[in-house]
This record gives sequence, C-alpha cells and structure tokens, in this order.
Amino acid sequence: MKIGLFVPCYVNAIYPDVGIATYKLLDYLGLDVCYPVNQTCCGQPMANAGFEKEALELAMKFEKIFNQYDYIVAPSASCTAFVKYNYPSVIEDDNLPETSGKIYDVCEFIHDVVKPSKLPGRFPHKVSVHNSCHGVRELQLSSASELNIVRYSKIKNLLSMIEGIEIFEPAKVDECCGFGGMFAIEEPDVSVCMGEDKLGNHVATGAEYITGADSSCLMHLQGIAARKKSPIKFIHVVQILASGL
Amino acid sequence: MSTKHAKAAKRFIRNREQEQWHNETLWLVRQKRDNMAMRIPEWEELREQANRIKAHTVAELACYLEQFSSAAENNGAIVHWAKDAQEHNEIVYDILKQHQVKKLIKSKSMLTEECLLNPYLIDKGIEVVESDLGERILQLMGEHPSHIVMPAIHKKREEVGKLFEEKMDSEKDNSDPTYLTHIARKYLRKEFLTADAAMTGANFGIAQTGEVVVCTNEGNADMGTSLCKLHIVSMGIEKVIPDLKSLSVFTRLLARSATGQPSTTYTSHYRKPIEGGEMHIVIVDNGRSKIQHNFNYERILYCIRCGACMNTCPVYRRSGGYSYTYFIPGPIGINLGMLKSPKKYSDNLSACSLCYSCNNVCPVKVNLADQIYRWRQRLNLFHKASTTKKLMSKGMKFIFGHPALYGAVLKIAPIINHLPRFLVYNKLNAWGHGRELPRFAGKSFNSMWKKGKQLTINN
Ligand code: SF4
Repeated sequence: MKIGLFVPCYVNAIYPDVGIATYKLLDYLGLDVCYPVNQTCCGQPMANAGFEKEALELAMKFEKIFNQYDYIVAPSASCTAFVKYNYPSVIEDDNLPETSGKIYDVCEFIHDVVKPSKLPGRFPHKVSVHNSCHGVRELQLSSASELNIVRYSKIKNLLSMIEGIEIFEPAKVDECCGFGGMFAIEEPDVSVCMGEDKLGNHVATGAEYITGADSSCLMHLQGIAARKKSPIKFIHVVQILASGL
Repeated sequence: MSTKHAKAAKRFIRNREQEQWHNETLWLVRQKRDNMAMRIPEWEELREQANRIKAHTVAELACYLEQFSSAAENNGAIVHWAKDAQEHNEIVYDILKQHQVKKLIKSKSMLTEECLLNPYLIDKGIEVVESDLGERILQLMGEHPSHIVMPAIHKKREEVGKLFEEKMDSEKDNSDPTYLTHIARKYLRKEFLTADAAMTGANFGIAQTGEVVVCTNEGNADMGTSLCKLHIVSMGIEKVIPDLKSLSVFTRLLARSATGQPSTTYTSHYRKPIEGGEMHIVIVDNGRSKIQHNFNYERILYCIRCGACMNTCPVYRRSGGYSYTYFIPGPIGINLGMLKSPKKYSDNLSACSLCYSCNNVCPVKVNLADQIYRWRQRLNLFHKASTTKKLMSKGMKFIFGHPALYGAVLKIAPIINHLPRFLVYNKLNAWGHGRELPRFAGKSFNSMWKKGKQLTINN
C-alpha cells in the first residue's frame, strides 16, 4: 500500500521534527511512504474563519496531489478531520472527494490500520495527554466525555507500548484549550483564558510533558507556557512513539 | 477586528476571580449532567429517539398544531394564534383588559422575554410579577436573564442578600441561601394572593390530549395557576409534540440535561381551566415557521431549552451571558440570533472555537457547532465578515496556492524569531496577547526532505 504523507503547513514550518518522527515511524512499520513536495495547506484556517471559497482551490489541489495514494496520513487530527468531514461540503461535487475517505491522523492510522503489537521506544517520563477537540469529537481518538459510551483512548493505548512512560490526563479531560484557528486571534481574551486554564490542569497532573495529536493546540499552549515561564515541555505523540528509532 | 462579543468578553475576564467563579459554577452543572447521563445505559438511544421525534414533528408541524388546538378547545381552553411578538403581546393584553386584571403573576418563560411582554404590559399600567426566584431577583434589579435555565446564575448570594435587605427588609448581611429563599417565599406569597391572573410558558404541548406541560423546580407555576381564575399560556409553535409517550422521552432528558436532576420537582399538566375560570393558550410563530422550511437550520427548532449547551460551552462559561448581543446566549443563542437577524447579531459568531462539545451534550442532537460554521461561511453575503479576516484568508490562500512561494516563505519565516520584541509583540498582534509566538524551526520539513531523506531523515 502506498501512503501519501501530508505535513500541514504549520507543522512544516514550526514543528518539522513532528513530520520527521511521522515518517520514521511509518517507515519503521514497513510502509511505503511518499511525501509529495508540491503540497501546501488543506484550507482549514480559511474555512473555519468563514472563507470556504478561499479553501476551495486548495482543496482541489489537495485532492489532485493526494488521490493517487491508498492512504493519506497526517500528524494533525484537526487537519485530518477537516479533509475528512468538511471537504465534501467545500468541494460540493456529486462525486465525494476521494481524499476524504482515505485520510487518517497518524495515531488513528497506526492504531486502527497498522496495529503493531509493540514499539521499540523508551520514554521514562510523566506525560499529560492533551485530548484535542477535533481529535476527540470528530475523529473519535478517545471517548468524548459528554457521551455515555464505553471509555477508550487510542492515544493512551499507543503510548502504553512505550517503556517507562507514565500517562496522566488533566481535569476537564477534553475541554477545549482555546486555540480554534482564527478564534485565537478574533477572541484573544477568551482564547488565552481557556489556554491558561488548560495549561494549569495539565501542570496539576505533575507531568513533565504535555503530549497530543494536534500540534496546533500544543503550539497555543506552548505560547502561553512560554509567556508564563512554565517549565512544562511539549511533545507530539508520534515523537514519543518514534523515540526508539 | 474585535467583535462586540470579544470586547464584552474582555471586560468580563478582566475580573478574573468572578470569571473563574462563573466558569466553575457552570462546569459543576455540566458535571451533574454527566453524572445523570452516565447512569442511564440507554442515554444515547434516548437522545436519538428525542431527535427523531422532533424531526418528525417539525416535518408535520401544521398537522400537529391543528390536532393540538382542537384537542385543547375540546378541553375548554381558548386558543389564540400570534404571528409575531407584537400580536402576542396585544392578545395577552386584550385578555387581561377584558378581565380587568391589575396584577399578573408569571412563571418563567423565555418566549415572553423574546416578545418583550413585560415592558409592554407595564407600559399599559399592568403590574407584572415574576415568580421564579431567579427571574424575580433580576426583575427587582432591573436586569435580564444571563442563562435560559438559571437566569440569575451570574449573581453571587451576597448580592442577592443586599437586594433583599433593600427590597424585602431581610436581616442585614445575612446571605444564607435557605434564609433568603424563605424571605422570598414569604414575600412572593403576598403577590400570589393578590394577583388577578397567572401566566406560564410551556415546555411541551401534547397534540394528542391538548394539554400543556410546564416543568419547574419551585412549584411557582402551580401556585399562580391554582390561585387565579385566569391562566394564560404562551407557547411557541415548536413546543408541540405528538403524544404522552413521546413526552416520556423528553421528561427523562430535560432535567438531567438542564440541571443534573432526574426530573424537575414539578411537572405540571394543564388540560383545562379551573372551575369557573378561563385558560387561554397563545401559540406564537414569531419567525419559527420560516426556520422550519430552511433545511440547513431547521434542527434549531428541536431545541427544548435545557441550557446544557451553554453550561458546557468553554466560551460562554468564560464570557458570561451578557457578552452576547442576542437575549439568549451560548451556542443556542448564537444560532437563534442569526436566524432572527444575521445583520444584527453576527457579532456573536466569533464566540465559538468549534470544539463541538455542545453537539455532544444536546439532548435532542441539535448540530449547533456545524450551524455556526455554516453561518460563518455566509457572513460574507451580509457584508459583515471582518476585513482583516478576509485579507488574512486571501493572503493565506495566495501563499498556499503557489507551492514555490510557500517554499520561499517556509525558508524566510525563521527571520521572525530574530525580530526585536516591540516589532512582533504589539497591539496589532492579537496572538501576542498572553502568548509567545511559536518559533519557526531553522529548517522546515520541506527543506529537510528536499535535502534528501537519506541524509536528514534516516540519518
Ligand atoms: S440546543 Fe440542545 S443543549 Fe442547547 S438548549 Fe437547546 S436542547 Fe439544550
């Protein structure tokens, strides 16, 4: 099976290591991974701000670049959710966009498709898992706290394969951190207030790291932690999973 | 590009202690709701069922309304139809005038808030007394509800104690909730005994039987309607449901979702006028039938006004009910406001981080967040979209639309890391408010990849 690696714009520029860890991990798992270099952005930032029209061209381009692969894998739950659930309404074609059916967040992909029984990594640290909104409530990476369904967490399942790790979760386990794309800029006071609360809940677990499947949330929280001079560190889930490679 | 909501939220958050108290108080209600929801194994099926009943009823609304009104008339009630708020208020006033009513006692009704009934009647010389404790507190303070289920949730008990000292002669500095409730009860009793007419809202109208169901915790609706010969019900057209069996689905969901109680203390069924009295039911459209025919938004009509979407909303909890420009705040209020007038109420659209928690708590599965997303797409049509946002979106599209340019931007972006602080952190940069900017990596993933995955990636 051929896998197209999608590295969202902000991951590309700010967290290239997350892209690299994703590649290493997929490669280690014996998968044929390709990175189409002419890719850019999925269009989510514009669409969530109310400009689906601006997102349309990018969506069409994305569709053209990626529909040749069997799977599209991205280290970003939010961008994945956008391609999966919003492309049909952005593109508005009778034929559903092919990429919507093929895209996976990297954690989801490894958990549900590759299903390795073990990973070689060792990470002797305390981590607090950041359950991002789009990861939880759109991609269903874990059971949403509002729903009366069986409790599970794909992220915790994956992390438990790593030796030495201690996994925690914050109070208000999947409350929004306040990033929300354009929301962070349009409602800076509420956004920062939400972020500070979220950071506080993570810190209260006693963890050394905050980890999650969405670098965008981590970026927002990291910005707040830096301003507050909080010593807590940030790491994407794949970076932990790839720590032994 | 600050919206009115963002500005009001800023003011609310400035008093961080008050904000935190508000946030945690409402979160507690969300937790109580969770406890209840998790104890019912078939909770998710119940939500699904409630959603289907509402979908069916809204699709057949005209039939059910007809069935309801003829059943109600057979029971001896008098049914009125009001196309808008003005007509509703006129009808209510006419009934009151005919009966020479001087004092009207009301139980909680968001519909009468929507129609601005109180000021209308007061203007005509009728004394209007709210009998729900929260509503009464706000009425005495001259304020509006900040929440649809707990209207005075933003008030601390000390403030209420002060108010009661002033208006009801309560003990100085005694803000014990039980004491204050007793004082209010004594005070309200007088009002109940001297009122000439009682008014209630309606949580449900049962088409099969023509009865109106009102859910309260204080029993105030029953006090009013038992003591007065004249009972006026104000009911939105979307409140009708087919039969008592479907009611049983909603009564299991409503209080659990709203306050985390298994049921409201009182679930009152009003079927006919009390002996020698009259019961009037005013059925109000006020824009609802227009929503019914709008495929994108019709689900808003399923809403049973439980307030759960407000309690879970991280933005509502941190910005308070008054930060919204529509009289109903939170996710449901954002949407109702847009349906009322997109031009007038679009400032509330910014009050959503699209976290989707509201969709998940809603007992009738209104897709609140999806609708907010959709409204944002339409904002352009009303020329209300912010220019900055538009420019940013266009700029992003331009860069992302040209892979070579995108590559170049990726290369030079790290320069920002080295700019002097005052250039980066200033009023123009809303991100820099309370947050440090992310640091661009020395080399983007793109450049590393191009350098050769053999070298850089597989090292
Ligand atoms: S939209 Fe749903 S959650 Fe919100 S008030 Fe209405 S019924 Fe309750």
